[in-house]
Order: sequence, then C-alpha cells, then structure tokens
Amino acid sequence: VTEERAPRDTRGRGGLPGILKGLATTARTALRPSHTAEYPDVPPTLPPRSRGVIALLEENCTSCMLCARECPDWCIYIDSHKETVPATTPGGRERQRNVLDRFAIDFSLCMYCGICIEVCPFDALFWSPQFEYAETDIRDLLHEKDRLGDWMATVPPPPALDERAAEPAEVAAANRPARGTGSVGGGAASGRPPRTVRPRTVTSAPPPAAGEPETPDATKPLPTGSQPAEPPDPADPPSPPAPTEDPT
Amino acid sequence: MTALDLVLRAVAVLAAFLVLPLLVGQVEHKVMAHMQGRLGPMYAGGFHGWAQLVADGVKFVQKEDITPRAADRRVFRLAPAVALVPYLVALALVPVHPGVAAVDVPGSVVLVLAVTSVGALGTLMAGWSSGNKYSLLGGLRAAAQLVSYELPLVLAVASVALAGGSLSLVVLADRWSPWWLLWQLPGAVVFLVAAVAELQRPPFDMPIADAELVLGAWTEYTGLRFAFFLLAEYAGIVVVSLLFAVLWLGGWHGPAPEALGWLWTLLKGLVVAVGVIWVRVSWPRLREDQLQRLAWLWLVPLAVIQLALTAAGVVMGW
Repeated sequence: VTEERAPRDTRGRGGLPGILKGLATTARTALRPSHTAEYPDVPPTLPPRSRGVIALLEENCTSCMLCARECPDWCIYIDSHKETVPATTPGGRERQRNVLDRFAIDFSLCMYCGICIEVCPFDALFWSPQFEYAETDIRDLLHEKDRLGDWMATVPPPPALDERAAEPAEVAAANRPARGTGSVGGGAASGRPPRTVRPRTVTSAPPPAAGEPETPDATKPLPTGSQPAEPPDPADPPSPPAPTEDPT
Repeated sequence: MTALDLVLRAVAVLAAFLVLPLLVGQVEHKVMAHMQGRLGPMYAGGFHGWAQLVADGVKFVQKEDITPRAADRRVFRLAPAVALVPYLVALALVPVHPGVAAVDVPGSVVLVLAVTSVGALGTLMAGWSSGNKYSLLGGLRAAAQLVSYELPLVLAVASVALAGGSLSLVVLADRWSPWWLLWQLPGAVVFLVAAVAELQRPPFDMPIADAELVLGAWTEYTGLRFAFFLLAEYAGIVVVSLLFAVLWLGGWHGPAPEALGWLWTLLKGLVVAVGVIWVRVSWPRLREDQLQRLAWLWLVPLAVIQLALTAAGVVMGW
C-alpha cells in the first residue's frame, strides 16, 4: 500500500518488491499449518531413542556397582547384601548371591549421559522416553527402585535391526552348537544355552556382518564370538576371546 | 428523538464500542499468531481462546493502579479518558446502515475528523504528565507524527466530501459509486497510510517503540488505565476501518438485500482492520526521519493531487 515509502532504495530488491514480499511472506505463513506443539493436549512424538528417564529392571540387577562407579555425577546409590543360598543337592556347595536393597538415581544430578546404561552388563538399565516427572522440590527428584521399576513399562521395544545387520547376540547364542559334542554334562544336554564358546567345534559360520571390513582370512578368531556392538545376553556372559580350549 | 430512542442509541453505541475493539483485538491475536506460524490463544473460553481478551480485561481490573510520585497526578489520571472517549464519539457518528447512525449530524465528516484528533491529545498528556523521560520522548514523537499525518488525512477525506458534495457521512455513503474505487484510489491509499500513522500502529509506532522507549507514553501506566489506552488503540482501528469502509468502499452498497446493509459495512470494515493487522505483522518500523519524509514528501502532495483530480472531476461532471 505504501509503495511511496522507499524512494531511494533501488539497490537489489529493495523498495516496492521488498514491501510486497513482506506481505506475501506473512500471508504464506498464515496459510500453512502452524508449528505450535499443543503439548499437554497432544503428546509429543518422540524419537525412539529419546533419553527421558532411566528405568530399572530390578530382576536383572546383580548389584555389581558398575553403573554407580562409572557415573560421572555419582548420582546412583546402590545398597545390597549377600545372601547364602543353600545347596540344592546333598553334599553340594552353598552359593552366595547379591540381593539389591536400594537402587536410587538422583535425577537432579543426572546429566543423562547414559553411561550407566551402556556399562550395565546385565541389561538392568534402559532409556525410557518418559519425561513428565518434574517436581516442585529438587530433593524429590531422587527416585528409588520402585519408581525406577515403574518406568520399565514405558521402555519401548528395541528398534528393528538394520537390513543385513549381524544377528542379535541372543539369537547367535541360541544357534551356537552345544559345548563339545554333547559328551560333557551341561550344555545342550541340560537344555541350557552354552555358557562359553568353543571355536573349534563350529561347523558353519554365520553370514558376515554387513559393512564390517572383515576379510575371511584365517588369522582372526572364528566369527562365532559375541558381537562386540550387541548388549551381552544375561544368560550368556561374554566369552573370553581366547581361541584355546576351556580348562574344563 | 424521544428519550427512549436516545437511550437505545447510546446503549447500542456503547455495546459496539465494547465489543468491536475486542473483536479486532482477538482477530489480531489470531491472525498475527498464524502469520508467525503460531496458534495464538487456545485456552481462554474453551474454543480457540475466544475469551482471551475478556480474561485480559479481568486481569487488568485486578492490577494495582499506580500513579508515579513525579507524575502530574490529575493530567496523568485524565489522559486515558481523553484517549478513549473521542473514539466513542467517533463511533457514534459512523453510519453502518442506510440512514442509520447513532448520532446523525449534518457535518459528521468534520466532527469525526475533529474528534479523532483529540484522541491523540491523550497520548501527549500521558507522555508529558508521567514524569518519565521515555514517556516524554514518546509523547513528543506522537505529537510530531500526528501533526504530520493529520494533514494528508484531512485532505484525503476532503476529496471524498468534494466528490460526494456533502459533509455528512450518511449522504456520502449513499452517493458512493463503484467508479470512486478508481477515481478516489490515491486518496484511499493516503487515508489508509495516514490513518495507521494516526493510530501509532506499526510500521508507524515510533512513539511507542518498545525497543528504545519502553512503551512511550504508556510506560508508567498500569491496570485499568493501561487497558483504556489499549482499548483506545483498538477502538481507533474500528473507527478508521469503518470510516474507510463507508467513505471509500461504499459502506452498505453490495449485492445483498437492503436489510443486510449493516453487515456489508461491518464486513468491509473487518477486511480493512485485517489489512491494518497484516501490515503490522509484515513491515518493520519506520525511523523518525523516514516517517516525516513519507508524510510531507509523498502523502501531502499525493493528497493535494487527489484533491485537484476530484475537483476537476466534479467540475467536468464525472
């Protein structure tokens, strides 16, 4: 409307086109959907690996303290005691196991680095996208294991593997041949997955992982070892990569 | 005019004065929000925040009414009323329907122009009486701006009055013909620009430039008095938009039954108001010297040319 306004500015696209361009820009924006996230009414769509809160699967925790020791903020508190499990068979040996008394994360200190989750060898800690746990008092952000366990329900299933990715460690472990050829007690005979790997008994190698610059030369250990990028199976602690036989 | 008639008209004007500015304000909230990719108010009242400005009004009533110690108390307290009431009077003069205006006086064009200029006095009073240098600067800028833009405004309106051969808004709107859209186009542009400047709305909001003057003449105001200034601004938009709709867009002339004339007037006024809002969202603020240059070097000559064009047209019998 006020094209008379900028009489001198004739450089570039100043003057009249600039003014009309401004009107056109706002009109175009008005006709497009707005960017407003109506958060409390419409829940946000979060990416699957959102770091909202750390959930605890108490059954998997062995009180090994790795997470508490790796935590850069020292915001994980673990109390446990040992319990003696009587021998199951006469003349057997008594066993000891850790019982978790307290597992607490102080989310006022946590910096959401996820190192505790990375370091947990037994898959007891998980990222949950849940983020609505604000408190009015900072001291209320110290959450005990029951609250951390409640968040397990909000942990999404792990995203699907990439196409041609290596098979998951659990599957690899289940497909692994039994220890020895069944002559030794345990292993396949007892119905449990084998606890260690005996590379010499491998008969068929799994397909090579895509993208890995692996060459099929014999200098490397056989590729049946647990995949380093996969989380370890709780029923199958990572095997030593030694290609020698187990002393059992 | 009986007493009942008088009361009815007064109530109608007061209702329009309280509803239409809120309507424009709400439209501004929503249109501006969407032009910036937002949604604007969504909660107050339930449906898309329709009651946001009502809630704002309730909030303003609850605020403490502060008069600064250094202020000139009586002038300070009077200023919002001086800013607000003239627009009430102006609104009463604007016809919305064939032959229907709350107050139908023979020289309503002159009266409207005179009254709307008084509203600016409220800004000046507020600026000077606040005892605050930002307020004073804002008030003086407002005065300079109003002096500059009053002239093209009056000249543009005078052109229409000349074309219609009357000083009554009702008669002018009756004599309007679509040919005026072209004939009076320069005057229409001048009026729109000058009117937005009179209202001190962006891009002519140098007097209340919040980045440099806090809020200009309104800096020291709180509560209801501040709300009155805001109401005066939106009432000003209503008056200017309706005036433009009546004088340049033909008011109630439109392809609809005669009985819906008032709807046409209000619709045209709303379109103009949306244009005022659109301009506010789109354009940056003019510097003080650009502001004066625009008024004196472009608008005044253009208005004078329009006046001459109209005079020639009237003499030649267009």
